[in-house]
Amino acid sequence: MSQPVFAPWEDANEKPLIRFQNVTKRFGDFVAIDDLTLDIYEQEFFALLGPSGCGKTTMMRMLAGFESVSDGRIELSGKDIGHVPPNKRAVNMMFQSYALFPHLSVWENIAFGLKRGTMHKDQIAARVDEMLKLTRLEKFAQRKPHQISGGQRQRVALARSLAKAPKLLLLDEPLGALDKKLRQETQFELMDIQETTGTTFVIVTHDQEEAMTVASRVAVMDEGRIIQVATPDRIYETPNSVYVADFIGEVNILKGTAKAAGDELYNVDWAANQAPVLAASAAPFSDGQKCHLAIRPEKIVISPSKPEDAENAIEGKVLDIAYLGNLSTYHVELPGGQIIKAQTANTQRISRRSFTWEDPVWISWSATAGVLLDQ
Amino acid sequence: MRRFSLIAVPYAWLLALFLIPFLIVFKISLSDTALAIPPYTPTLKDGFAALIAGLDFENFAFLATDDLYYKAYLSSLQIALISTSLTLLIGYPIAYGMARAPQEWRATLMMLVILPFWTSFLIRVYAWVGILSNDGVLNQFLMWTHIISEPLTILNTTTAVYIGIVYTYLPFMILPIYAALDRMDDSLIEAAEDLGCSRLTAFWLVTIPLSRNGIVAGCFLVFIPALGEFVIPSLLGGSGTLMIGKVLFEEFFNNRDWPVASAVAVILLLILVVPIVLFQRNQQRQAEAEQ
Repeated sequence: MSQPVFAPWEDANEKPLIRFQNVTKRFGDFVAIDDLTLDIYEQEFFALLGPSGCGKTTMMRMLAGFESVSDGRIELSGKDIGHVPPNKRAVNMMFQSYALFPHLSVWENIAFGLKRGTMHKDQIAARVDEMLKLTRLEKFAQRKPHQISGGQRQRVALARSLAKAPKLLLLDEPLGALDKKLRQETQFELMDIQETTGTTFVIVTHDQEEAMTVASRVAVMDEGRIIQVATPDRIYETPNSVYVADFIGEVNILKGTAKAAGDELYNVDWAANQAPVLAASAAPFSDGQKCHLAIRPEKIVISPSKPEDAENAIEGKVLDIAYLGNLSTYHVELPGGQIIKAQTANTQRISRRSFTWEDPVWISWSATAGVLLDQ
Repeated sequence: MRRFSLIAVPYAWLLALFLIPFLIVFKISLSDTALAIPPYTPTLKDGFAALIAGLDFENFAFLATDDLYYKAYLSSLQIALISTSLTLLIGYPIAYGMARAPQEWRATLMMLVILPFWTSFLIRVYAWVGILSNDGVLNQFLMWTHIISEPLTILNTTTAVYIGIVYTYLPFMILPIYAALDRMDDSLIEAAEDLGCSRLTAFWLVTIPLSRNGIVAGCFLVFIPALGEFVIPSLLGGSGTLMIGKVLFEEFFNNRDWPVASAVAVILLLILVVPIVLFQRNQQRQAEAEQ
């Protein structure tokens, strides 16, 4: 039995939890968010990804209520929340700096939001204990924030923002302050907690790996616009633009002109004295149209001699090798001076590597390995 | 040994600048007044045994019999407490405004708070005489705008003393509170609002507790000197204002009764020991919290 795939965004009958409708945010002359429309569904783990200054934090602060909307409207469960102050929204936020109250203990920090409502004392205590358990902080309940480690502080911040069982939890670079190893562990913890509580999470991050790991959908942003919204695998495999392809992971871009070469197949002329390369594309290209062929390094095979049945094969020489332990990235220089990155898994010991610097090699890939992009 | 030499420095400091002067004053407070130089007896010239034998607590007993003294102490305490509260009420909003001001303004605002220190304290208090007197700047202005028809009597009243103390000690209140507020992370207020606080409750539950150390430090910095204040009540308060600093001065210089004056000073010090110890503890706790 396979589980039903969680994809409310493909169901036309599904009502979104959050709806941005032509939202614009201006700070003076600067347009932080530019006519943005986006739906986020219940129980999603939604990532806003982009370089700093792309507007992702502004979007989050508008959801929390700390920034007003200049134009357009934001709906939460179908209601316009444009003028609802932060303390009246069923939205909680986990701050990048965690913003734990230094004068209160861990227990009191988590209880802070609960005490603002009409909840009974016993219920508050029960809820705080539940949160402490969820984030494995029982032992630290009476400590002050400065008496616990960074990772524990991060969990207190999470517990505090989840305590009121918000409809929507906003996480502003939640793992930014942790070291790499702890960050990876915490990513999985976050996913578990999201699944257990069933809360909708919107995470802001500039770390594409983090977004890919945790999110059900990723929105790649640039200069106040959303460039692409899709599941992590689609963002990676079928980016809709060179910007997205380049922002997510590593990519080789071949610029050229397209020429039809069969059903959904195109020849790409990319260098004067090189044979055109063959690329498949569902999107149509007219003859002579400018295009970019984006190919991931791991989809390129590197071999010492010309492969027999490859659809595309070019000879070059090894310029550089980046050894990453599990992987090696080869920088192969083509006769025209262009450098192509090819990645292989190091399944054998390094001493058995069949080529080294300055060796002539062949790189090859299939017609479906890359994505043909018009912009 | 090394540890000993390390703590020896502050202890030598305390000994030289606090304990020895205190012992001298204390000794004088146990002596009797005399027409001599210095104006008390016994002194070391009489020999050590006679010196010890000649000391008694009669000056302290005298302070208890004359109600002038305890009235002066109480009135000083009252004036110090009220003016500390007033300074806090005025100083906190100023410090808050400074901490919220745009970054590029803060240095200027800080400068404005410190600027009065560039003029002599005495001159600034004298300036208030010119402002508050019956034909002073304030009364002339109020009469000119027809708000009042007869000059207000402010100078030589307790009100003038409050104005003087609040004006003089305001920077001592503002600076520690500003330091505490300036360090505070703005996202804490946002977090409080996000968790359901209104602006006002966020201020009450987060801003005030986090600036508590600054408030306490500021209050002590105002209260301690205000309690023994002499210049302000004698210049602005007139004869009606009873403050222990003034009594002390009169005993020393008008009556030339050093022993009684010393006894007044010793009791003032004992009253001040409590707030000073509390102040020290607050500073220490603050230092620990910052580690």
